[in-house]
Amino acid sequence: MITTTGLLRQHLIDPEVCIRCNTCEETCPINAITHNDDNYVVDPDICASCGDCLGPCPTGAIDSWRIVTTPHSIADQLTWELLPEDTDENHESAVQTDDEVQALLEVAHQGAPRAVAPKTASVPHLNVATRHSPIIATVMGNYRITDPHSDSDVHHLVLDLGSHAFPILEGQSVGVLPPPAPDATRPVLRLYSVSSPRDGERPGHNNLALTVKRVMDDGSGAPGLVSNYLCDLVKGDQIALVGPFGDTFLMPTDPMSNLIMICTGTGSAPFRAMTEFHRRHLPSGPGKLLLFFGARTRSELPYFGPLMKLDRALIDIELCLSREHDVPVRHVQDGLRDRAADVLELIEQDATHIYLCGVKGMESSVRGVLTESIPDWPTREAQLLREGRLHIETY
Amino acid sequence: MELVDYDSQIPNNVELANDERLKRALEQWHPGYLNWWNQMGPSGFADSEVYLRTATGVDPKGWAQFQYVRMPEYRWGIFLAPGDPDRLIGFGEHAGEPVWQEVPGEYRAMLRRLLVVQGDTEPASVEQQRYLGATAPSLYDLRNLFQVNVEEGRHLWAMVYLLQRYFGRDGREEAEALLNRRSGDEDRPRMLGAFNEDTPDWLSFFMFTFFTDRDGKYQLEALAQSGFDPLARTTRFMLTEEAHHMFVGESGIGRVIEATVSAMSSAGIEDPYDTDTIRALGVIDLPTLQRYLNFHFSVSLDLFGAEGSSNAANAFAAGLKGRFNEHKIADDHQLVGATYPVLRLDGTKIITRDEPALTVLNARLRDDYANDCANGVKRWNKAIEKSGIQFQLTLPHLGFHRRVGEFGAKPVDPAGNVVPESTFDQVTASHLPSAADRAFINSLMLPVYDRGSYARWIAAPKVAIDNKPGDFEFVRLHA
Repeated sequence: MITTTGLLRQHLIDPEVCIRCNTCEETCPINAITHNDDNYVVDPDICASCGDCLGPCPTGAIDSWRIVTTPHSIADQLTWELLPEDTDENHESAVQTDDEVQALLEVAHQGAPRAVAPKTASVPHLNVATRHSPIIATVMGNYRITDPHSDSDVHHLVLDLGSHAFPILEGQSVGVLPPPAPDATRPVLRLYSVSSPRDGERPGHNNLALTVKRVMDDGSGAPGLVSNYLCDLVKGDQIALVGPFGDTFLMPTDPMSNLIMICTGTGSAPFRAMTEFHRRHLPSGPGKLLLFFGARTRSELPYFGPLMKLDRALIDIELCLSREHDVPVRHVQDGLRDRAADVLELIEQDATHIYLCGVKGMESSVRGVLTESIPDWPTREAQLLREGRLHIETY
Repeated sequence: MELVDYDSQIPNNVELANDERLKRALEQWHPGYLNWWNQMGPSGFADSEVYLRTATGVDPKGWAQFQYVRMPEYRWGIFLAPGDPDRLIGFGEHAGEPVWQEVPGEYRAMLRRLLVVQGDTEPASVEQQRYLGATAPSLYDLRNLFQVNVEEGRHLWAMVYLLQRYFGRDGREEAEALLNRRSGDEDRPRMLGAFNEDTPDWLSFFMFTFFTDRDGKYQLEALAQSGFDPLARTTRFMLTEEAHHMFVGESGIGRVIEATVSAMSSAGIEDPYDTDTIRALGVIDLPTLQRYLNFHFSVSLDLFGAEGSSNAANAFAAGLKGRFNEHKIADDHQLVGATYPVLRLDGTKIITRDEPALTVLNARLRDDYANDCANGVKRWNKAIEKSGIQFQLTLPHLGFHRRVGEFGAKPVDPAGNVVPESTFDQVTASHLPSAADRAFINSLMLPVYDRGSYARWIAAPKVAIDNKPGDFEFVRLHA
């Protein structure tokens, strides 16, 4: 029996929706699902919330969760005709269980606090792995992707998820739990946007990629704890992940949709994921991708090489380099200004979605350019937000 | 010839790109398949964008990728469930031996026959359903129809893969023939009866996906036990998709019932047999549902073949086709001396007789199937019960309206009574959809293509696909 002093997110099957097809029981790698003549049920003593059963379920009945203090027993579940009530009280408590994640997301989304997901975004899975049961991933590769001579040390980490289902959509984040320091009262948690698309860095191999910049000074003069931990990992190391997190900064799945992506530095991670999805699955559009990418120099620009190799028919890239000797100084806002006519033309279309990701400072300068170059921007911004077409994530 | 980028266009986990012989065979077959799809697949809608699930891998992430797709551009893939290198044959004369990765010579003909019969049903149902798009009760249902259609297409690919990969020239010829037969065609019909019946309306479609696709589940599960490992792995993966088809049927009929009982309750009608008044509400009366159920259950039972079958016994003994959930049955898996109770007609009585289990495997699979159907019907009845209306749907007796096996053309009524030959036709007709029933159902078949709207005779789903709300634009008709 699971004993918990706190709240547990229990996996259940909705008996009203389930068609008893046996797919989940067949799929479960650890035999946590069983049935009688009436119902299929999940054994809370066995289920590890791996999520393997979620995709194959034809009905969605499998994707039912309740926050409980005492798990519903199998014996009870077998007699149910309906799921128990889902009380708001429980949800409020659930949010409190990971207030740190909530706080981090709120800060990141301050620029667009009421954003909603694009209409055709896939429904994200959230909190598949929690602090109580993080999943352990294995480092398959850890590569520096900025020029070895540049000051900016950005790493591309590929993590193998083994047999855990950890479904991620482009734009979502994962939490990294580094090994706790001996004197820590509560483990540290940092969020990172995933930079690989939903089918992974390497399709069919259940993995994901992160883009991590090594922080040399975290503001107090000390090196960043988690970024250095991640950048120093070597192949074969194991790391604990929680999440996925984020249910609004997501990509529309409609092939007609245009994406305007504006980023600096490692803010490019979600856009790498989205672009890669388009490259693999929608190579001929018809939606357009327009990327504004700011960095000081080419050598500091994460993924510079692969990015430049992308087919220009797939993506229109506006590089904005501020300290490169052979080109004029430009920041992302300058790039936006130069391409204002194109941006306006795209924004006029309902299928266009705008994303900003990067350091907090870029937000106001980007908004400044949009205000001066797009007629009636403030009204438009509110409308885009309402329609799930504007997304801002900054740190 | 058009060159195909196999890894992106045909998602697969069978190393297609490295198999020159198979690639050549598929290159030959692919244009014919597309031709068949364009001629016999869903009529119209080729330019519409449909929110479809595409399998791009067998891992948890690749299983269900939802995207807008134009159907002719759907990526039909070839997938085998992950293999177990230590898997042993689970039944028959070769029980305990390692499974076969190639076709054993002695069983070649038998295996080919099993594949062709299974393969023939897949395109057949697409043909049967090709005009339904014109009368869909909602965009959600339209999308579900198309999902079923593209996946039946993929199941054809699955069988064609096995034929082309393992059966040389014979296999290639059979693969061609699968594209050339046509459901309901007098000269070149599909192989099994139920797959030559019309699916003229959406009520029939939901009944078909509940009853006839469920036969598919049972056949595929029995083949998933096979000692021929590529077949076992192929069918195991197909089963996961088949579950969606049964969901469409079970929830479809469930939603029809919900619309009916709620309209009856609102109008204060308690008598389920007050047909005219109920029909005037624009919903389907429960007795009509019962007659449709009688028809589809009985023709689906015929798909299991005759109760006693030497073919089935041979396939079992050879280790090619097991029983449903063979791996969960606790016996010797040889059926030495075992018996199984079978329904037989004895004069004017129906009796149960114990017979050698090996000889009546079809009867056993059919009984397992019928129990599964009964559980689904039980769930439908709960909704009727809740409404307080005094009516229960029931499965007719296994002997009712049969064309194949012990009860083929025998005068058995839905309650399992043998009736006099003289009244038989009349009894049968009164329990099957009449011309008037069909005309009424047909009168309801008007398309509803507005986002979030549903025809009056069917309720909105409780949960739509991929967790989308019911007013999601599941099909963009004029993209």
